[in-house]
Amino acid sequence: MTQQQLSHYSFDNGLTIVGHHMPWLQSAAYAISVSAGSRYDDADKVGTANFLCEMVQRGCGDMDSRQYIEALQMLGIDSSSSAGNYQTHYGAAMIASELIPSLRISAEMLRRPILPADQLEDGRMVCLQEIAALEDDLAQKAMNEMRARFYGTPDGRNSDGTIESISRITLEDLRESHQSLYRPNGMIIAVAGNFDWERLVDEVGQLFGDWESKPDPEVITLPPETGSHHIPFESEQTHIIVGFKGFTYSHPDFYLNRCAIGVLSDGMSSRLFTEVREKRGLCYTVYASNHMTKNQAGVFCYSGTSTDRAQQTLDVIIEQLVELGNGITQSELDRLKIRIRSGLISQQESCRSRANSINSDWFHLGRLRTLDELNESISSITVDQVNDFLQRHPPSNFSLVTLGSNPLELKEHGIPTTPIG
Amino acid sequence: MEYRQHRLANGLEIHAECNDLAYTSGFGFFVKAGSRDETDGIGGVSHFLEHMVFKGTPNRTAAEVNLQLDEMGSASNARTGEESTIYHASVLPEFQSDVVALLSDIMRPSLRLEDFETEKKVIVEEIMMYADQPPYGGYERIMEEFYGDHPMGQSVLGTVDSVTGLTPEAMRSYFEQRYSPSNMVLAAAGKIDFDKLVDDVERHCGRWKSFPAERTCPAPDYRSGFVSMHKPNSVQQYLLQMAPGATLQSEDRYAARVATTIMGDDAGSRFYWEFLDSGLAESAGVGSYEHLGCGSLMTVICCDPSKAEENLERAKKLFNQAASEGVTEKELAMAKRKIASHILLASERTDTRMFSVGTQWLNDQPFKTPAQIAEVYENVTLDEVNAALQKYHMRSPMTLAVGPKEDWLAV
Repeated sequence: MTQQQLSHYSFDNGLTIVGHHMPWLQSAAYAISVSAGSRYDDADKVGTANFLCEMVQRGCGDMDSRQYIEALQMLGIDSSSSAGNYQTHYGAAMIASELIPSLRISAEMLRRPILPADQLEDGRMVCLQEIAALEDDLAQKAMNEMRARFYGTPDGRNSDGTIESISRITLEDLRESHQSLYRPNGMIIAVAGNFDWERLVDEVGQLFGDWESKPDPEVITLPPETGSHHIPFESEQTHIIVGFKGFTYSHPDFYLNRCAIGVLSDGMSSRLFTEVREKRGLCYTVYASNHMTKNQAGVFCYSGTSTDRAQQTLDVIIEQLVELGNGITQSELDRLKIRIRSGLISQQESCRSRANSINSDWFHLGRLRTLDELNESISSITVDQVNDFLQRHPPSNFSLVTLGSNPLELKEHGIPTTPIG
Repeated sequence: MEYRQHRLANGLEIHAECNDLAYTSGFGFFVKAGSRDETDGIGGVSHFLEHMVFKGTPNRTAAEVNLQLDEMGSASNARTGEESTIYHASVLPEFQSDVVALLSDIMRPSLRLEDFETEKKVIVEEIMMYADQPPYGGYERIMEEFYGDHPMGQSVLGTVDSVTGLTPEAMRSYFEQRYSPSNMVLAAAGKIDFDKLVDDVERHCGRWKSFPAERTCPAPDYRSGFVSMHKPNSVQQYLLQMAPGATLQSEDRYAARVATTIMGDDAGSRFYWEFLDSGLAESAGVGSYEHLGCGSLMTVICCDPSKAEENLERAKKLFNQAASEGVTEKELAMAKRKIASHILLASERTDTRMFSVGTQWLNDQPFKTPAQIAEVYENVTLDEVNAALQKYHMRSPMTLAVGPKEDWLAV
């Protein structure tokens, strides 16, 4: 299918560099993840990881905040950052020749941030603004509520924190958090694009090789909450999220579930799009996707629809989920396979997308998968296998989160709405 | 890489950037039909028609269109704007003929009544979805306030009332004014068998009848002022400002774009340091939007309602300062590096190449490769950027504030 050159190298301190050599491109991208996500935040200071992610980018080594940003600008780097649940992510895409200079700046930022006291309140304001803006994003707000309830603590924790928790965080907290969490063990540097692997490993070794590993911190665990939950809000539409058990990458049934959910939601001929939108005109947006943390997974279906049609929309979604348990057809699977193959091949046109994919592979599986292997995993699946899987694991035990004027009723359709095990 | 063109007898043009090394093939019909072409009583028809195009033809039902697009594993979609409607699909090269046959077929839709009524409900849901999302219809409102009676002020989505009132006959009549083969292009990029493409398009589209598709292009009469849309249950305040900007015909439109990058890009710009680094706003940016015969400079700020008034003052001060003192060589160099890098990264994707080919045709511009476009930006001088900053300015903008804030004192 492709010209593939995947490489990986693990340093003694636990840092791994993974690469996809794409010599047909003139660009390169990297995705760095540090095991410093919000799951490690103190319970009364949730948002620390996100605040720290903001603050490390305010100067490092001998560069102040402005010099740091300008150095990136002069290299033409398109950078991104976000604090997730397990990891904090730093991404960059650039003209291939600027890869090494860009990595040098990132190394300074990760290892030697200044965390300037005089910018602490500015950084805090940025975090508070993010929280405020999320309040206006109703679909995301409903989805965050679903994840928090479905996964429990710490997997379901949202990294933004609250106004109260952000207000409690001190500079000392951020320094301690950086000191204990920013570490080479568990860290992944995924690079894709046009680069020289030997030189890259050598450079990363010089930048990070002498960084000492540190113990992984303890994490507090709280159980999930299930059933139905409604967030009252005077909005035009009701935002509906239905959740049920999903599968992680490392689970042997992952691809069977991927196919089942694909039939439900991938493409314009998928069941949800056809039944909810095309035939009944109930909504503009409807989809389902398999979301995962490292050890848990959930399938979350979303639709947003006007208040007076929300109950019908939920009923049709549930009906389709239950119907999926009765199996899929050969033509549905065939369409899905070509769709996935097409998507995999087009990934080769984007170094950014490949950098993120191989980072995720290493995080979830501890190994890299070629695009051929990924294609093979899907193309070898038969309808009987998917249907056997669906008999064993029919979509059931639904959780519901709604946001809007009125709560909705999760009708059983013969399916027990008991809590998730 | 080879740029090839073909023109059918009925006026339909095919423009393709053929790249034998590409992994995928992208195709798109670009039609000069958008909300600015709508007359009274048919508000939202361009966008509704875009939906109806997927609802079947004399040869295919709506379900068959969806099914076949998926059978090819296509990544397909459509979009409608003020000046254009675009239908596009990316596929593996082996599906070139199939996807061209399908896209060509749906460009002559049936507009069946039953599909029309069902899809109308989807459009109403889409309008309501945007009504729940920031800036809560603010973009449509400021376009209307800024452009006044000019056709650019007409909303792409239309309103629940205007869409509810539409009939298949009115849509058919609109179609027959805009979807002439001479008023559209088939753009292609990636791995393309061009000779085959021409054969296929001649066969599928050669019989389409051509008719005149004029576009009225009155001179803009830009308006300024202040409008508040009170939205009590939103948390943030959304501030939109518009002022006259470069048009598609302006010689200085590239300089104007460099100027907006320096002023309002999402990293390292003057807006970035003023608003984002400080946390005075959640987001803040400046953009240049060029259209046929008119154009705008637009700023969007999302912030705490209590900071709204002072942030408007800050934005004004930044524009004044840039106009009076100019920007620096260093800022210009950073903006150029950023633009060059952005152009390179975008150029590696087949779908963005297809959009570039189609958009350049829509804008009546001679085709430029990414390298040629990068060169135009590279040649922009500091004097040209400073001149653009003086010419395109927020001296007396149209300002729209959307959010919970009610007591506007200083404005």
